[in-house]
Amino acid sequence: MLSTIQPPRYLSRFPLRGRTKSRSFHILSSAQPVTKTCFAADQSQILSIRDSLLNRHLSAVELTHSYLDRLKQTEPHINCFLHVSDPDKVLKQAQDIDDKIKRNEEVGPLAGVLVAIKDNICTADMPSTGGSYILEGYRPPFDATAVKRLKDLGAIVVGKTNLDEFGMGSTTEASAFKVTANPWDLSRVPGGSSGGSAASVSARQCVVSLGSDTGGSVRQPASFCGVVGLKPTYGRVSRFGLMAYASSLDVIGCFGSSVADTGILLHAISGHDSLDATSSKREVPDFTSQFTYASSLKSRPLEGLRVGLIRETVDAGVDSGVKSAIEGAAAHLEQLGCVLKEVSLLSFSLGLPAYYILASSESSSNLSRYDGVRYGNQASSDELNALYEESRAKGFGSEVKMRILMGTYALSAGYYDAYYKRAQQVRTIIRKSFKAALDENDILISPAAPSAAYKIGEKKNDPLAMYAGDIMTVNVNLAGLPALVLPCGFVEGGAVGLPVGLQIIGAAFDEFAKHKCLLNGFFERNL
Amino acid sequence: MGLPGALPVLNSKVIEFAVKLGLALNCKLSLNSKFDRKQYFYPDLPKGYQISQFDIPIATGGYVDLDLPLEFGGGHRKFGITRVHIEEDAGKLLHSGNGDYSQVDLNRAGVPLLEIVSEPDMRTGIEAAEYAAELQRVVRYLGISNGNMQEGSLRCDVNVSIRPVGQSEFGTKVEIKNLNSFSSINRAIDFEISRQALLHSQGQSDQIVQETRLWEEGAQKTVTMRKKEGLSDYRYFPEPDLPEVILTPEYVDSISNSLPELPEAKRRRYEKMGLSMQDVLFLANDMNVAEYFDATLSSGADIKLAANWIMGDIAAYMKNEKLSINDIKLTPQELAELIASIKSGTISGKIGKEILSELLAKGGTVKGLIEEKDLIQIADPVEIGKMIDKVISENPKQLEQYRGGKTKLQGFFAGQVMKLSKGKANPGLLNKILLEKLNGQS
Repeated sequence: MLSTIQPPRYLSRFPLRGRTKSRSFHILSSAQPVTKTCFAADQSQILSIRDSLLNRHLSAVELTHSYLDRLKQTEPHINCFLHVSDPDKVLKQAQDIDDKIKRNEEVGPLAGVLVAIKDNICTADMPSTGGSYILEGYRPPFDATAVKRLKDLGAIVVGKTNLDEFGMGSTTEASAFKVTANPWDLSRVPGGSSGGSAASVSARQCVVSLGSDTGGSVRQPASFCGVVGLKPTYGRVSRFGLMAYASSLDVIGCFGSSVADTGILLHAISGHDSLDATSSKREVPDFTSQFTYASSLKSRPLEGLRVGLIRETVDAGVDSGVKSAIEGAAAHLEQLGCVLKEVSLLSFSLGLPAYYILASSESSSNLSRYDGVRYGNQASSDELNALYEESRAKGFGSEVKMRILMGTYALSAGYYDAYYKRAQQVRTIIRKSFKAALDENDILISPAAPSAAYKIGEKKNDPLAMYAGDIMTVNVNLAGLPALVLPCGFVEGGAVGLPVGLQIIGAAFDEFAKHKCLLNGFFERNL
Repeated sequence: MGLPGALPVLNSKVIEFAVKLGLALNCKLSLNSKFDRKQYFYPDLPKGYQISQFDIPIATGGYVDLDLPLEFGGGHRKFGITRVHIEEDAGKLLHSGNGDYSQVDLNRAGVPLLEIVSEPDMRTGIEAAEYAAELQRVVRYLGISNGNMQEGSLRCDVNVSIRPVGQSEFGTKVEIKNLNSFSSINRAIDFEISRQALLHSQGQSDQIVQETRLWEEGAQKTVTMRKKEGLSDYRYFPEPDLPEVILTPEYVDSISNSLPELPEAKRRRYEKMGLSMQDVLFLANDMNVAEYFDATLSSGADIKLAANWIMGDIAAYMKNEKLSINDIKLTPQELAELIASIKSGTISGKIGKEILSELLAKGGTVKGLIEEKDLIQIADPVEIGKMIDKVISENPKQLEQYRGGKTKLQGFFAGQVMKLSKGKANPGLLNKILLEKLNGQS
């Protein structure tokens, strides 16, 4: 039996020194080592898989078996999934891919890649509960656009991952069904709300996964679980099929074990969708063409890249361990040639209250449709209002109820100006201050969270303390900007330490600024 | 349906229709308008909110000109339009006969609507009914709706209040729903006015409360439906799923240039042509009739004669056969030809009426029929004279009676001559010559 699960050891401890050789990793000490596959940590798993499949080094069925076995072994400990696909169906899809390859037919760029999908993203052939009792057993009649695009490219959906109910929370403890454990330390939270998706990639139950990010729900769990998490620009990816939490803030985001993988995944799901009036018509660049791997770089490959470290994010209130990791990462960036500056965003602290007002207000409206009438769990009742009240009282968890109450209050007559309208004005200020900072700097960096993963149950009864943990991430949602989190170090805790992620914020629609790719490709290798 | 993950997308046609309507109602268009969520729970509202426009509707501050029907006293009126806004329809509730259950039909939920709010400018039921009728005309003219109240393409709720003469402040307003025709709008308002006036006269004006009442068609009265406890708080906020609507001046101009002649303009034009108000209202208020009339005129017909034919014989035929003017086989061009033929004397008026019914029912050309049936009017005095001579000679008794004083018998002779001529004799000439001959002058 295992007491901890060893995640891939491509992350070495701080301080960082020199280059490290690429290596294979053992996921579970008691499991069969995956001897046939040897993914170099600085390369893309997706590309490796494609290479292996097309060169017939590996079959999709073999690959799928290895992931499914690992999933089966690790699931009882980490509880990432609310629903796992029928293995026979999954293997059949893999078999179809193998058959196509045998016949020399074209297969999609994501053929054979196992993907996990956060359960607030609609999948037609699987339940989609949003982590809530009110949608227990609900099967949508359509796939989310992002899911459809993945499937069209050959990806295999391995299951639906756990989340805080409707995306509201930072730990998965607000899920109606289960709590996910952090693979680095099973007594700690994986982060949230996309905790299941992050942990699933971290534990190698799947290659990549989709999550959603409204106030940090992809980035914070990426930091806690030691994986790469990407939040695209608002409007880059269609929201059709994503159960709405806060319509003007929600995005679908990507998890992977490398920046390249998240880039490939993002490219697959990005682009205008006529079903989403807020999706951008901007052309989607081929992100992967901007990646450069370490081997072809000179000694100071990031020469001239202007990096702004947000001062307000390394102030008081941030764990010293986290601060060290970030400062270490910043120093490393300088070594690589970056011009590092401290940047002050004076409106930074206004983001948290503004976010919670706007998000609660929009969510109170978006959740009105869950009344038990047309789908989902319905409470029995003789009278209409009682039906609504009972279904919603029984169907929603306490975190969701709290946000609905806050949001309804903030929007009610007499309060709209003082709260919602004012919060929107603050939002404009924040957006402007980021733009000014990104005019002066190519990227901005900060921690993704003020601490590493905390213990399960620690913040459950202190919602404000939990909300405070969002301080690093919410401003980016308010400004609609893209941000990437990648592991940059460790702090004390757990058996081998707890991962810390570095947040890299870019200008709108500049998810993988040329410099950033160099940065990331090289940076990862050097950790 | 309000399914999880579903998003609204704007139907661009409704913008086009809204701009057309806003221009037709003389409104100011908002070049930048937006959508808002209006939030409340009700079974026919699947999302728990309705997408509408709250503070920046697409059009504001317009007016409508109309003429009241003559049977209600006539007169010109101008009523203000407060706003026109875009919103989505809710579902339809169908209640079982015995009230045991209700069903929700969500097929129309999400379909875009235009809501037109008038200024409180009407003073009687007929004014309001005619206002509604005019809106129906306008939307039909614009081609943006068939305006059928029975189908629910046009729906109407009214608010009624009264105040003592001399008071400038409006009284408490009462909303009335379930008005399914223009006449029910008329009668409901008049009923409500008298209901409120009665309460006032009895010193019970405080019994008039802000509420929603239902018009009961059977009982011909309004009854309480639900009392409004103050204004509902709809917690409006801007709809984040739909971007702003931005109209360019070029877009507005292109729509403006494509507008057809609207009812008011048509009425004024017909008035200028010298038609009476009765004619004007008949011809202009039905788009199809107006089109027909205009086509007849552009084929060269005399204005008054065309009006008379359409309003008289043709209207009677349509009523009898239950047809619309689009269904009759007589084309405007042939009507013009008919009018011209009579005017020129080619055929007599009587013959004209006869072939009209054939033309209406079967179509064909005037010229063709005239030729086919040999209908050309006999206007040669000599020929008429011969026929008269014949009839007189065949009816000596009547001649004697006539000359003896029964001058009424002229009609008998005229009829006989007409019969002999197979209806083709020019009546005027016939009677002139007949009179001469009867009186022994020729």
